[in-house]
Amino acid sequence: MSILLNKDSKMIVQGFTGAQGTFHAKLCMEYHKNIVAGVTPGKGGTKHLGIPVFNTVKEALKEVSANSSLIFVPPPFAADSILEAAHAGIEVIICITEGIPVLDMIRVKKQLTAMKAEGKKVNLIGPNCPGVITPEECKAGIMPAYIHKKGPVGIISRSGTLTYEAVWQLTQENIGQSTVVGIGGDPIQGMNFDDTLKMFHKDPETKAIVMIGEIGGSAEEDAAKFIKEKMDKPVFSFIAGKTAPPGRTMGHAGAIVEGNSGTHAMKIETLKNAGVTIVENLSEIGKVVKENLKIATK
Amino acid sequence: MKLLEYEGKDIFEKYQIPIAKRFGVIKLGDNLKSIDLKGKQWVIKAQVLAGGRGKAGGVKLAKSKEEAYKIIEKMLGMEIKTHQTQGRALKVKEALIEEANDIKREIYLSVVLDRAHCSAMLIASAEGGMSIEELAKDHPEKIIKIPVDLSEGLQDFQVRELFFRLGFDKKLYKEFSALAKNLCRLFKDIDANLVEINPLAITGDGKLLAIDSKIVTDDNALFRHKDLQAKEDHEASAIEKEAKEIGINYIGLDGNIGCMVNGAGLAMATLDTVKLAGGNAANFLDVGGGATVDQITKAFQIILKDKKVKAVLVNIFGGIMKCDDIANGVVEATKKINLNVPLIVRLEGTRVKEGKQILLDSSIKLEQADSLWEAAQKAVKSI
Repeated sequence: MSILLNKDSKMIVQGFTGAQGTFHAKLCMEYHKNIVAGVTPGKGGTKHLGIPVFNTVKEALKEVSANSSLIFVPPPFAADSILEAAHAGIEVIICITEGIPVLDMIRVKKQLTAMKAEGKKVNLIGPNCPGVITPEECKAGIMPAYIHKKGPVGIISRSGTLTYEAVWQLTQENIGQSTVVGIGGDPIQGMNFDDTLKMFHKDPETKAIVMIGEIGGSAEEDAAKFIKEKMDKPVFSFIAGKTAPPGRTMGHAGAIVEGNSGTHAMKIETLKNAGVTIVENLSEIGKVVKENLKIATK
Repeated sequence: MKLLEYEGKDIFEKYQIPIAKRFGVIKLGDNLKSIDLKGKQWVIKAQVLAGGRGKAGGVKLAKSKEEAYKIIEKMLGMEIKTHQTQGRALKVKEALIEEANDIKREIYLSVVLDRAHCSAMLIASAEGGMSIEELAKDHPEKIIKIPVDLSEGLQDFQVRELFFRLGFDKKLYKEFSALAKNLCRLFKDIDANLVEINPLAITGDGKLLAIDSKIVTDDNALFRHKDLQAKEDHEASAIEKEAKEIGINYIGLDGNIGCMVNGAGLAMATLDTVKLAGGNAANFLDVGGGATVDQITKAFQIILKDKKVKAVLVNIFGGIMKCDDIANGVVEATKKINLNVPLIVRLEGTRVKEGKQILLDSSIKLEQADSLWEAAQKAVKSI
């Protein structure tokens, strides 16, 4: 098993025919045959990369069956695309787009929360994220596929390249991954650490979790609360941004220390108190997980 | 992007948020007498992005025209260091001249992004003028927080809650209600991350007055705000602006190890690792996903513009981008520029063996490392 995506997942791609959409959808299709259709307004009725293109998500779902969507739509239109997918009944929405205005995301979150309250199943991952991969089963994102290996460790991260770094170190140590989830670096995003941890907690195949956080916001603190109360699987964590100057954003809009909130020290302390193993040196993630788990899945 | 006080007040004016009478903004090099001072007393305020500027000599009262001109002359070009400037001195390039007002009471009022609840939040305190962070730490009970649904706007019952808890005189209700609602409307209209009035004053003649303004806008939303897009980024240094123009995300820091990394998270973690190894990074630099020869060359040029740089650490995780392509990029780039400081390269990921071989076979002087930790240690040692 895994979380969010598996070999049976059927996916559509919104923003399918653009440069980014084409490039990455092709790599995803080569990894595993999960993508069944694309959506680009105005290009309905054509074919791209050998699969049909539709004008809207609704149109696509009349012709094909899909439960997830991968979004590459440019920032001014991306929030609307998320809502389009959600209202059409897509359950897992993965938005790669970087640079969506934060007030657009507030609007999206409000509607998604209302839909969930009505009992609809909808999970948003991202935006500004590398996507989700369940090794050997489904790749939905821009991550390099070959660094992954199937196995027992679930990974959640706010950063793309840091995720690759962690995954690669684990794979080098011969430790595979159940599902790797990039939740994104924006101040307001879909699923957060705690939501994702809850899924890994229930997944029998996931035996341990690596959580890669960074300064800013309180997602790590919220995760610590869940870990302390419910989690019985070991959690390892690295938090980036210890030396970042306060009040300035470095690449990720969400990685900012404002006043006394979102500091590195606070996050480390809270996670430690919840029983999380803190990895201070990024280069030692693989080593620390291996030493603590003693699992070699040869 | 952070706006200067007078830029924020220009926006306040459009939203009928009352501000003091302004006589103009004078820039370094302007003719002082170009400003026509009317009235009796003036406040001269340094236009720098730093809280606590008053204590550092950035806000002065003048009681005569001669005194005013003297203060302006002295203020322009002076350097301001406060607890918010992280040890750096900011040069005053502009000063705002306003009419001085008789202030009876000061209040704190702001609208911020509430990440935890995915909405906006109005924050107020009867104790204005001081740092809200200090107040939040020492007296959290004195801070009023009201969640604001931006699509609905601030509701009347919320205004009433605020108004009575802040202990205003009843006569001010209409005026305060309009101000608070307009502040929320402004926040939404300009895609702000923060709009702050600190202090909001009640004057001797019983009127509300926004004495200061602090506005932070959302860079991601600039595409729909042409007027904000045209404004100068006062926070960014010259090198940072240059980097931005060529699509490189760069932030200057105080250390001497120049860093070139792909991806924001890894770049941030690289700075932490350099520190852990006993050094200090000179910059944050994210070359982005497509690290081409051209982009790597530009990144080297940007890093070397900072004369503090004594070594350069390249840390690239080749994912979609292959390590051999990146290695070729590094070799080509170093040939183009005159690199006269030690270079440490750590490549990892797709086709890493081939990439490392290309670096070995090249004639350029560099050290390779197998891990970021090793690279950071080598960089620190090389200085």
